[in-house]
Amino acid sequence: MSPGMPEHTTGRTTVLGAQEIQRALTRIAHEVVERSKGVDDVVLLGIPTRGVTLARRLAERLAAIEPAFDPAHSLGELDVTMYRDDLRRHPTRAVGVTTLPAAGIDDKIVVLVDDVLYSGRTIRAALDALSDLGRPRVVRLACLVDRGHRELPIRPDFVGKNLPTATTERVGVRLQEVDGGEDAVVISGRGPADGADGDAGAGVAR
Amino acid sequence: MRHLLSTQDLSKDDAILLLDTAAQMAATQSREIKKLPTLRGRTVVNLFFEDSTRTRISFETAAKRLSADVINFSAKGSSVSKGESLKDTALTLHAMGADAVVVRHWASGAPHQLAHAGWLDAAVLNAGDGTHQHPTQALLDAFTIRRHLVGLRGGAGGAGHPDGTGADLAGLRVAIVGDVLHSRVARSNVHLLHTLGAEVTLVSPPTLLPVGVETWPCRTSYDLDATLAGWQPDAVMMLRVQRERMSGGAGAFFPSPLEYTRRYGLDGRRLALLPGHAIVMHPGPMNRGLEISAEAADSARSVIVEQVANGVAVRMAALYLLLAGERDDRADAPPAPAATEGTAL
Amino acid sequence: MTTSSTTYVLRGARPLGAEPVDVVLADGVVAALGADVEVPGGAVEVDAAGHVLLPGLVDLHTHLREPGREDAETVASGTRAAAAGGYTAVHAMANTSPVADTAGVVEQVWNLGRQAGWVDVHPVGAVTVGLAGERLAELGAMADSAARVRVFSDDGRCVHDPVLMRRALEYVKAFDGVVAQHAQEPRLTEGAQMNEGVVSAEIGLTGWPAVAEEAIIARDVLLAEHVGSRLHVCHVSTAGSVEIIRWAKARGIAVTAEVTPHHLVLTDELARGYDPVFKVNPPLRTAADVEAVRAGLADGTIDVVATDHAPHTREDKDCEWGAAAMGMTGLETALSVVQLAMVDTGLMTWADVARVMSTAPAAIGRVADTQGRPVAVGEPANLVLVDPRATRVVDGAAQATAAANTPFQGRELPGRVVATFLRGRATVLDGAPVEPAGAVAAPGVAR
Repeated sequence: MSPGMPEHTTGRTTVLGAQEIQRALTRIAHEVVERSKGVDDVVLLGIPTRGVTLARRLAERLAAIEPAFDPAHSLGELDVTMYRDDLRRHPTRAVGVTTLPAAGIDDKIVVLVDDVLYSGRTIRAALDALSDLGRPRVVRLACLVDRGHRELPIRPDFVGKNLPTATTERVGVRLQEVDGGEDAVVISGRGPADGADGDAGAGVAR
Repeated sequence: MRHLLSTQDLSKDDAILLLDTAAQMAATQSREIKKLPTLRGRTVVNLFFEDSTRTRISFETAAKRLSADVINFSAKGSSVSKGESLKDTALTLHAMGADAVVVRHWASGAPHQLAHAGWLDAAVLNAGDGTHQHPTQALLDAFTIRRHLVGLRGGAGGAGHPDGTGADLAGLRVAIVGDVLHSRVARSNVHLLHTLGAEVTLVSPPTLLPVGVETWPCRTSYDLDATLAGWQPDAVMMLRVQRERMSGGAGAFFPSPLEYTRRYGLDGRRLALLPGHAIVMHPGPMNRGLEISAEAADSARSVIVEQVANGVAVRMAALYLLLAGERDDRADAPPAPAATEGTAL
Repeated sequence: MTTSSTTYVLRGARPLGAEPVDVVLADGVVAALGADVEVPGGAVEVDAAGHVLLPGLVDLHTHLREPGREDAETVASGTRAAAAGGYTAVHAMANTSPVADTAGVVEQVWNLGRQAGWVDVHPVGAVTVGLAGERLAELGAMADSAARVRVFSDDGRCVHDPVLMRRALEYVKAFDGVVAQHAQEPRLTEGAQMNEGVVSAEIGLTGWPAVAEEAIIARDVLLAEHVGSRLHVCHVSTAGSVEIIRWAKARGIAVTAEVTPHHLVLTDELARGYDPVFKVNPPLRTAADVEAVRAGLADGTIDVVATDHAPHTREDKDCEWGAAAMGMTGLETALSVVQLAMVDTGLMTWADVARVMSTAPAAIGRVADTQGRPVAVGEPANLVLVDPRATRVVDGAAQATAAANTPFQGRELPGRVVATFLRGRATVLDGAPVEPAGAVAAPGVAR
């Protein structure tokens, strides 16, 4: 099948293929540079699990665009588990790792990176976590997919793809580094049978 | 996990999850803002039937760092003057809406009763019961061992992570020295360290090893020098010796403090028998000059002060794992009476 | 006299488990017994088809708690429970408040028993004043009292001083008494909470070592041999104790021994749940000990099953294990437990059950003139009718005893007491206690 062609099998539709994801990230990287007027003071914070991978890829692109950008210095990860407001609605979540970039976050342009933007609650938690860690000059938000249905006044600054969905649908992001296989954004249907093929729940934004 | 009552209840995965979570909690504790909003609105009761300022403060700090409301409930009483009954206390806490009860009790099994008697539906954390268990102490000991001997050294499958995240303690040797008979710390550690793959040797005068110890997953020795020199432990954990154990005339467990120190005390000479990387631990409070000399307690190998700091992180992890997730077992009936077990019918 | 004017005919009862016969009870005695008996007019028919008829059970070891702890049990409630369990006589232990160490207290208990009218109550006298283990109580006065005490025990405490034990063993010979020893070396059991072994080591409860029982039994059988006295050992719980008693009997020493129903079936594994209902003294032991006491009971080393019925209030059990009182109820489950452990396993016959739960305890307690008699014409009609095929689920709250601390709560046990007769009067009929009418005999009337 050719990349980018919607694939319909067992209620799952691939809405972004590997190449589209690559292109989207490259575009976001350019937008970040443009919006920040360079890469000075830009730090990327990925939100686990797939946001971390996406931030790493974005960092490579930023470095390619602006060699002054040093991923070793300006890339980190931000676990928001302990700031979530929905802990009691789910089985206990494992607490992830938070690693701040060597450059720190005070007075920086912090770009939060996540895979799917949905209710906005994860980003709300991330903002709370950030404010406990320091005081960035600006916080921006990059996401690969914005599927809508926001429950909080939060909007992304950089979006890979806007994806209208029904709340009954699930959007899954598969990344080679995390999930193996080809990158893909998959929208899956309304039946309980979804995700039964090994990557159940992986990267699924609820 | 619904309660944390005994390290015997913990699977290897449970134990590693607790230690890994503690590692993340520890990371937050080096920040300027140490407080996390995680348990906002939850109520943690410290129910202490026995004095232990150190343990209470550690749990209180842990709960407060997670933004839980903390109520300290001191219900001191001995077996002679019982005061308010455990049941009434539990019913009171239930009425107050406690989400977790951290209980320290002179009676072995009291936390188990609180968890299972149906008086209370809060999560119960055992903060030391009689001569039975003190699971968070064992967890903080394992955490400290992992950090020093797996994480920093990068050995034993530590995956190169500086604090040993994800790793067990396979292949490590731990000597636990002193009054095993009366020690909940020893009981908790034997099971947890075994679950995590470490080897344990209990070193104790024969009078202070319990009858039945032969079924524990560890070895035993009466000879500290031989254990240190011959077995080369990676960690030596000294247990506190209660001075009352040597009084009582005919019932004393050893002849004199001096003899105990000579045979079982950790001093500079014994320290030198250890491999270079070995660490020295003590659950505190120490009897300097009895089970441990000042030289050993203050040596570069000593991680005793760090154990205290790690205690907060481990207790944060335990509170987080018991309280943060959904309660899917709220409708559970109280456990059936144990009358069908242990019978010879 | 508390004899009955009602005549009963038990149809198809199996005396000691033998072939079915009809049995007529009239004027307080077994009036007729056989396949084709003459039944007097107006006799009450009891369908006993398939039921086993035993002599009324005799308990050598009951705590009735009165005087002093009427909140846990009274003579009336405890003896009602005894009747419900198939007993026609109980020996009431001396650890009351005040202690039964004088003629006055034992006569009080004896009178309370007569007033209640459920079973014959034979008070046990304390060996030492206040159970303190320091000096002999007035054993002779208790023996000579209306209560005619023959069994003396400090039960709950051990007569641990060897000289005092020797004196007691010697002294009771004067009135054919017996010392029933609670064998527990006190220094070896300070603060003890449960059997010392694998389980206690793991769950952190102070151990009660088997040797603390065995050492006292060994000493006492040698003392009994030396002074030529008889000795009774209460609640034997360990394999080692059984061995020592077996040895002593082989040597010709006049020792008898009892085992409780709970030590025939329950083990220390039950302590793992920290439910104080399983806290008892001597403690529940290991599976090997259970096997040994069963074997000892089957081969006659252990003479009797005695309940050690120890009722406690809810507040004395609804607490930490370490703070809880020791003891469990037993009167209403004893026969079922013996059936479960000994009869249904093929270790004993119903005739053996009659021996260990009636004949032998009556002989040891010196009440064999009226209790523990053969099921035969002319004998006192102290009888129990058991349906061995029935089962029931134990519910402490529904029992006749005032206490609920049964270790068999919620368990299905075999066997059911259908009827109990005390001198021909039904104290239990159709499985339900029958309130005694006009049971109060004039004080001083001989039995």
